[in-house]
Amino acid sequence: MKKIGLFLALALVIASCHSGKKNSVALSGAGSTFVMPFYTTAFQKYTPLTGVKISYGGVGSGAGIKSLKDRVVDFGASDAFMTDAQMAAMPAPVVEFPTCSGAVVMAFNLPGITTMKLTPEVLADIYLGKITNWNDPALAKINPGVKFPNLPITVVHRSDGSGTTNIFTNYLTKVSPEWKSKYGFGTTVNWPVGVGGKGNPGVAGTISQTTGAFGYVESTYAFAEKIPFASIKNQAGIFITPSFASTSAAGKGQMPQDTRIMITDSPDSAAYPIAGFTWVILYKEQHYNNRTLAQAQALLKLWDWMLDPDAQAVAQQIDYVPLPASVVALDKSILRTVTYDGKPILQ
Amino acid sequence: MNSDKITKYVLFVTSFIILIVTGGMLYSLIQGSLPSFHTFGWKFIISPEWNPTKGNEHYGALAFILGTIYTSVLALLVALPMAFSTSLIVAEYFRNSWFANVVSTCVDLLAGIPSVIFGLWGFYALRPFIVHIGLTQQGFGVFTAGIVLAMMIIPYAASLSNSVIMMVPNELKEAAYSLGATRLEVIWNVILPNARSGITASYILAFGRALGETMAVTMLIGNANIVPKGLFSMGNTMASVIANEFGEANGLHLSSLIALGLILFVITALINAAGKYIIKKFA
Repeated sequence: MKKIGLFLALALVIASCHSGKKNSVALSGAGSTFVMPFYTTAFQKYTPLTGVKISYGGVGSGAGIKSLKDRVVDFGASDAFMTDAQMAAMPAPVVEFPTCSGAVVMAFNLPGITTMKLTPEVLADIYLGKITNWNDPALAKINPGVKFPNLPITVVHRSDGSGTTNIFTNYLTKVSPEWKSKYGFGTTVNWPVGVGGKGNPGVAGTISQTTGAFGYVESTYAFAEKIPFASIKNQAGIFITPSFASTSAAGKGQMPQDTRIMITDSPDSAAYPIAGFTWVILYKEQHYNNRTLAQAQALLKLWDWMLDPDAQAVAQQIDYVPLPASVVALDKSILRTVTYDGKPILQ
Repeated sequence: MNSDKITKYVLFVTSFIILIVTGGMLYSLIQGSLPSFHTFGWKFIISPEWNPTKGNEHYGALAFILGTIYTSVLALLVALPMAFSTSLIVAEYFRNSWFANVVSTCVDLLAGIPSVIFGLWGFYALRPFIVHIGLTQQGFGVFTAGIVLAMMIIPYAASLSNSVIMMVPNELKEAAYSLGATRLEVIWNVILPNARSGITASYILAFGRALGETMAVTMLIGNANIVPKGLFSMGNTMASVIANEFGEANGLHLSSLIALGLILFVITALINAAGKYIIKKFA
């Protein structure tokens, strides 16, 4: 319900854009649906402060990159960082930087069971179709005291291309050589088993409506809807429950200068292993298509503000995980490399 | 220019726009699907594998073509007797009675319900029922999707059949009655021979509609990109896989989705042409 409310709020924001004064700067972006509630809520807070109007379309990460490529939006948003091939296909160099992170949780629907531990091996075997029943000894072994029913596991995955799938399958390739060689990772993969649900709500709905179901959903959704989810054994051998702290810990590792990193299977002992960033993408040189300096400045100031504690607090309020300080610092240094006619826009 | 000419001109331009849009749609579908047909050739249509993972990319349409045909044929088989009974009730047995009015209003209402509502009904009502009676483990699949599709196409099949049955001349029916024919005999020997082509065409058009239905199917078929192994197997349809995957697709993946769209376009066009032909030929 919260997300629907936010969506309506966005619609109002867009509607009000048209009645506004013509001389104020308007920005537009498109992409990830996962991060949309965070952006729209934060933008609503930003507009009264600065008068800059921002519209955001949750059209999917891939479509967001396409919109930026066609130069119909000022920024793209994606849950999967751009590959070298995607970057090469852009008409001009781009920069990308994370804005917040989230965890992917393993949700389940078993009568009377609210907590569960999973090892990477068991998780991969379920998605490989090797473990097919909840009474499998491998599950009982890591969950002493939990009485699993004799019930087939209904594996659930996303049917639409999705950044969530990208994060989850990236984790599977790291923990299962068999998964890596047979299925790999990406926003859409060739699933060996399972039911496809459309969007995070579709997967969560299928899980909550099907006894014996098991699937991956974006943490924000599971936290808000209070669907039970499993704790996962991380690289250090500790079972970790997804939370703000454990997801944040996953993002604390060494960050490459171009920020293109998957933070799944983090070596940090406090980190939840299935986590990922979501990125914003801008053109490095902002003087294109008759764009004014004012527009470029507004765009850069917006994202500078989005990394500040004010906006990051908004992220946490609506169940996203704020960036660690080290990543914020790196992001800000990336923003300073964006230019207008070759001159840096932010000082 | 007089007003008559102006009217003619305006009418010509507006209908020409329709031609341009249809032609442009076909052109962009062909244009977009070229890379895929270039890479896979005619094997695209007969290959059952659909693998979007980078490095192992391979696309084939067979699973989706079969998924589409299975669900639509099942929908037609279920809808056929129901739509036929409804037509006879409304147009013959209880013609102009309050009962016929209620039934035909309900049929019209069904036609106006958005597809996502049918999907929700299938998801929250039909699916648990199918699980409850033990037909399948989790309730998704060709069967569930086909049943919901059947409900969606009944109005299309029924309302056209209604008008065709009503158009059978009263003189013929009265002549048969006067010779002592029973109602059943009148239906079989007078109404059906006269309305046959219209009824058949209405079912073909309903079938065409089932082929392209997207939302309700994607909510119920399980979205497993495999060739359905039977009535209770999961699967996927062309319309559903396009809706699901195009947002994140690019390159060969996108081209293959557009190629699926082209195949669906051609199949639907053929079905519609067949419907038109039957109306013309036997009317």
